[in-house]
Amino acid sequence: MIELKGVTKTVGAETHIHSVDLRFERGTLNVLLGPTLSGKTSLMRLMAGLDRPTSGTVHFDGKDVTGVSVQKRDVAMVYQQFINYPNMSVYENIASPMRVARVAKAVIDREVRKAAELLRLTPYLDRMPLSLSGGQQQRTALARAIVKNAGLVLLDEPLANLDYKLREELRAELPRIFAEAGTIFVYATTEPSEALLLGGNTAALSQGRVTQFGPTIDVYRMPADLITAQTFADPPLNTVAATKSGLRFTLGEGAELPVPDHLRALSDGSYTLAFHPHHLRLDAPGDGTPPLPGRVTITEITGSESFVHLFFQEESWVSLVHGICHFEPDEQIDVYIDPARLMAFDGHGRAALPPPALAA
Amino acid sequence: MDKVHNNKAWFLVIPVLVLVAFSAVIPLMTVVNYSVQDTFGNNVFFWAGSDWFEQVITSQRFYGALARSLTFSLVILLIEIPLGIFIALNMPRKGIGVPVCLVLMALPLLIPWNVVGTIWQVFGRADIGLLGYTLRSLGITYNYATNPTHAWLTIVIMDVWHWTSLVVLLCYAGLVSIPDAYYQAAKIDGASRWSVFRYIQLPKMSRVLLIAVLLRFMDSFMIYTEPFVVTGGGPGNATNFLSIDLVKIAIGQFDLGPAAAMSIIYFLIILALSWVFYTVMTNYGTERSR
Amino acid sequence: MARIDLNHIRHAYSANPKSDADYALKEVHHAWQDGGAYALLGPSGCGKTTLLNIISGLLRPSHGEILFNGVDVTQLSAEERNIAQVFQFPVVYDTMTVYDNLAFPLRNRGVPAPEIDRRVRETIEMIDLVDWTKRKARGLTADQKQKISLGRGLVRNDVNAILFDEPLTVIDPHLKWVLRSQLKKLHKRYGFTMVYVTHDQTEALTFADKVVVMYEGEIVQIGTPAELFERPRHTFVGYFIGSPGMNVLPVTLDGNRAHMGSHSIKLPDGLVVREGARTELGVRPEHVSLGREGIPIEVSKVEDIGRHRIVRARLEGQDIAVVVPEDGEVPADPKIVFQAGRINLYADSWRVEPRHGGA
Repeated sequence: MIELKGVTKTVGAETHIHSVDLRFERGTLNVLLGPTLSGKTSLMRLMAGLDRPTSGTVHFDGKDVTGVSVQKRDVAMVYQQFINYPNMSVYENIASPMRVARVAKAVIDREVRKAAELLRLTPYLDRMPLSLSGGQQQRTALARAIVKNAGLVLLDEPLANLDYKLREELRAELPRIFAEAGTIFVYATTEPSEALLLGGNTAALSQGRVTQFGPTIDVYRMPADLITAQTFADPPLNTVAATKSGLRFTLGEGAELPVPDHLRALSDGSYTLAFHPHHLRLDAPGDGTPPLPGRVTITEITGSESFVHLFFQEESWVSLVHGICHFEPDEQIDVYIDPARLMAFDGHGRAALPPPALAA
Repeated sequence: MDKVHNNKAWFLVIPVLVLVAFSAVIPLMTVVNYSVQDTFGNNVFFWAGSDWFEQVITSQRFYGALARSLTFSLVILLIEIPLGIFIALNMPRKGIGVPVCLVLMALPLLIPWNVVGTIWQVFGRADIGLLGYTLRSLGITYNYATNPTHAWLTIVIMDVWHWTSLVVLLCYAGLVSIPDAYYQAAKIDGASRWSVFRYIQLPKMSRVLLIAVLLRFMDSFMIYTEPFVVTGGGPGNATNFLSIDLVKIAIGQFDLGPAAAMSIIYFLIILALSWVFYTVMTNYGTERSR
Repeated sequence: MARIDLNHIRHAYSANPKSDADYALKEVHHAWQDGGAYALLGPSGCGKTTLLNIISGLLRPSHGEILFNGVDVTQLSAEERNIAQVFQFPVVYDTMTVYDNLAFPLRNRGVPAPEIDRRVRETIEMIDLVDWTKRKARGLTADQKQKISLGRGLVRNDVNAILFDEPLTVIDPHLKWVLRSQLKKLHKRYGFTMVYVTHDQTEALTFADKVVVMYEGEIVQIGTPAELFERPRHTFVGYFIGSPGMNVLPVTLDGNRAHMGSHSIKLPDGLVVREGARTELGVRPEHVSLGREGIPIEVSKVEDIGRHRIVRARLEGQDIAVVVPEDGEVPADPKIVFQAGRINLYADSWRVEPRHGGA
């Protein structure tokens, strides 16, 4: 178990990490999700012991390890770049941390073969890393991190330099690999879809602060604030300013929307309403949800789905719908928000009420 | 970045600290001591206050030497920096030529200073030196021992031969770090050879160039061994640089007080100029990272 | 803007290519229509960047010729071909302002100053950097720098084509959306011929009118996003496009029925397969319905990715993926049905095209 207590990190006049409290249990996968410069790498460096926090403490299995250097901590790290020893075979690369630790030859052999099997590297054990594909090189680096049998494995955007398809395949395999290793995994990524595929827990980061931490799917479905919801949305979240009065929301300059059941408890006032693009529909749901007028800017087609970019008043929205839609720029269309999926945030950007999934 | 500290590291530094204390700090304090005292031998010292300093900074001789040193540094910077950039730009970027060029470039840097001086001292002699003899047979009078211009030419060419490689290697390191895409984009933008240099290569080299300028300035401003071996400061006072003059005063005339005062002033000049360079460089660095 | 013809282009990086394997680009014969938006899609090493560099003139092909509007430009340099290119990592002239960066290609070509000023201001407007006009390019963010690289191409309004080499690699996910749709808007409004190289299917499909899928130095399919999704010509296209990729299941044929172990699936009429060919069914995970009727499967994992769920299962020893909507349920005893008309048949990895009268 690794625990950060009130960890702050300032460099010069800039604060990179603002008073972070986090606790990762053994045998869990923890995703750090946030855009570039949100503090993912800084946080990892602090956990690894590469940097020392300006204030706050780091605990490992209950022991304070704040000042302990990286060599003495039980950590392994995998980077965005594929880092292997270029002059050693894949076998020797994977064996290297155990050779350093003077593990018995027979044990090394067994562990290397086990890790190679897990990461599908068995046919390449005699090859040199640079003769392999990017995906295989990164698997080698992963295998090396795993055989080290460290208590904490840090992965800093390990798939960012891989092809889309390879990324997809490794993403699907990683949870299985992680489950078998049984240590603490910390995985940094900028991509919400990656966090969702990996599952586990997610800490959403924004400007050096942890905005929310919890099981990944819960953070996605029940964001505690607007920033978390936006961090965790790909395609981007749609938002609109609204005023609640009685059973009606007035959106921006005039359009009206009945208050859905799960938001009835809100007091009257101003809110920011948010919803995901796939909850903005183009066909009338037939339950009395009123149409909202949209002006199309561009349509993108992925083959099975279409992204319709449009303006509702001054707000730029995206609707993600099944099938193929062709709209011309500036075409006027009706759009419908799925009322049950509406999220409301107060003036400070905090969730005004727990969303429906929590109540259910 | 404050890294995690391991206090044991200090023990490893102790031998170096001791060494530095003996080789730098203690001699420096001795010099300070000398600069404020007078002695007539027998280890008897009298307090002289700032007398020696006043004597040095009012003496024509000091300003003469200072002017010669600054001129020398300026001249070799003006030659070595552009020449170094030019050579670096024309060095091959890949293939067998790269190691060959790098080794050739590194060769002069590996020769000890006094050997460099001796090489050129012999090279330029009209009776037995290849250069001197050749020039004489071509009917050109050339004698660095009697003609001040010839003496300066010899020392400047020697320094250029010895140290341009350093500038080349630093610039080359800067150049190879530029990704191919920059050159391709410039081609597509229709940029001329000069524009490529001015807007891509020079900006990317600017940091290493500043280091090159700093190193070459400090080294040339303190140059001693080579002119000492070749000309010994002559003819007359033509190549009597600060460092050579300092040794003449201290060892030649045994005027320890003025020599000590002079070396402190000398030290402060180098310190001040280095600080200026350092500030410029770090300011440039922070501007970049914004 | 120009129409670009690639006539039997082949390229090898080694001096004396002997076998087909030595060619990074095996044989490309294709025409890019004037004003089209194309994407070159494929995994790394498929030859897409080689092809792009051949079009831009940074690379001369070993064989074949390139025509711009019918004129042979094979021997011309990148500058003479008058194209613009945006690279993977943003290339900006650090020491220049945003304005000067955009003016640079025009100044190099000796365009008169008032004309430069007019065009630069117009372009800055297009790429949405008006507030940054006077700023040094050095301090900008990656997406702004990439906009400048694009702007340097747009500012030359006479370019034959704008080429993109994985331009969104270093951009954060939500900014990718913004830049991509902006690019598409520019294309719609100004009608540049654009060729966009990427390994990211979402980028390729959303950007392009026509997507060219490449694999091992060859073009395997050229089509609209919908064609690639619904009727992949090759199992590689089926796998590479869509996430997860198409399910490919080995079957044996018996008339118009396909057999998988003890199960049999009715195929559309009019499919004729050569004797002895290796036959497979290709069905998109989106086109498999999960319910209480049909062929039983053994669920191994359910991935909840927010807007839908991916059910990973085994069917007769084969892996199969099924996409279930956000609010759809996974029954305790799950069975699947392949949606009629969405089944593709493959013989030796190539799609069997139905005869006339077929589906």
